[in-house]
Amino acid sequence: MAKLEQEALEVMAEFPLFSSRVEGENRFTEERLDTLQMNVGLKCNLACKHCHVESSPARTEAMSRETMAQCLQVVRERGVGTVDITGGAPEMNPDYEWLIHEAAATGAKVMTRSNLVILEDPAYAHLPELWASLGIVVIASLPHYVKKNAEAQRGADTYDPIIAGLRKLNALGYGKGEGAGPGGKTLELDLVYNPGGMFLPGDQAGLERDYKQQLSEAFGISFDHLFAIANNPNGRFGNSLQKKGKLGRYMEKLTGAFNAATVPTMMCRSQLSVGWDGRLYDCDFNQAAEMPCLAGGTIAELAADPSKPLKREIAFGQHCYGCTAGAGSSCGGATA
Amino acid sequence: MKGESFSRKESKTFEESRRAFENREELRMDTYYCPDDLAKFPTMGEEAPELWEKFMGYYGTVFADGALTAREKALIALAVAAVSPCPYCIDSYVNSCLEKGVTEEQLTEVFHVACALRGGAALVHGVQMKNIVKDMEV
Repeated sequence: MAKLEQEALEVMAEFPLFSSRVEGENRFTEERLDTLQMNVGLKCNLACKHCHVESSPARTEAMSRETMAQCLQVVRERGVGTVDITGGAPEMNPDYEWLIHEAAATGAKVMTRSNLVILEDPAYAHLPELWASLGIVVIASLPHYVKKNAEAQRGADTYDPIIAGLRKLNALGYGKGEGAGPGGKTLELDLVYNPGGMFLPGDQAGLERDYKQQLSEAFGISFDHLFAIANNPNGRFGNSLQKKGKLGRYMEKLTGAFNAATVPTMMCRSQLSVGWDGRLYDCDFNQAAEMPCLAGGTIAELAADPSKPLKREIAFGQHCYGCTAGAGSSCGGATA
Repeated sequence: MKGESFSRKESKTFEESRRAFENREELRMDTYYCPDDLAKFPTMGEEAPELWEKFMGYYGTVFADGALTAREKALIALAVAAVSPCPYCIDSYVNSCLEKGVTEEQLTEVFHVACALRGGAALVHGVQMKNIVKDMEV
């Protein structure tokens, strides 16, 4: 997928083993799954600098409808509370619309991660209305509220379409509070911030306050929550740090800011991540590192045997320091 | 004789400096400011743990959200770092500001504020110069 190159892996290995810093029950997942994360494909309309899965328009990997159905069967049978749909740009999977219809029908909370730039393409422009009608939670990536900073990461001409997308979502009732959506639905709109370089995200609450103020003043945009996610030393981000001789410095920063209090709430403890090909992982970063669950397995096997236990030992790697620095980090933002 | 002695002494010192430079990894004192030293700041607590803890407790409270936000405090700290001038503090607070979403444009303005204040402080002392000139008049 987007594994670190050998030289980068050697730099990572110079730091204390992450797995040696996790003890007892924290080495295992919880009995129940809160979240099933589905990486439905690596194709993306963008090629961002911080992308840990190295998505781009050139990628072709896509989850099949059969695998999607197996994921949803596990969600129903195991009572999973949240389905987190990610990619790539998940919208580019040919079965994406089928998936969100079926996922919403399970009764689970369904989240879709979107770069929103894709809504510029007429083929995807209708999606906000569909999301609203199904009550899908939209998690939109906006690396910074200032255009120059956002585009330094996402590429030229990506900021205005995101702003247009957010305005459209607001007009549909997203991020406008309880009952503001069609038919009195509450439509949740969350934004994702990640640092524009090799520094850690600051206090999530402070960043959220600034995002809300700036976006409201400049564009009249509102949203619910901001997730501040640390850049993971993996994939495109990790390899480009290494090429510039900066991976060691970033790892020093992450290991120096290691916060043991974030370990019990690492996202891998309460989620399962399914790759586009149905293989099971502890998280999306492990997908990028090509580190499947220690016991291996596929979603097809889990779907075929509802008695198969979900509790498992977690596969830790050096990139896990990206989730335990400072206030911690996960696909849902800070953890401590 | 005197010159010869001085010359030998100078030559020896140069040789010592050269060796010191070659062995700088051992000495780690090739410069007074070393980026690695910032991470060693906590060693200041080794002989005075109580004072260190009090300082760090105070420091942490100062930079927390208060009547000023943590972001505003980080910007002020960077301006103070600029005029101190402390490379460790500049490193720390540029990072802290970036973590808080401060843009490069805003960081640049911080340094211009520091520059204007420092320059203005020098220039306003010109009034003292004028006072002396006036006082010298007969």
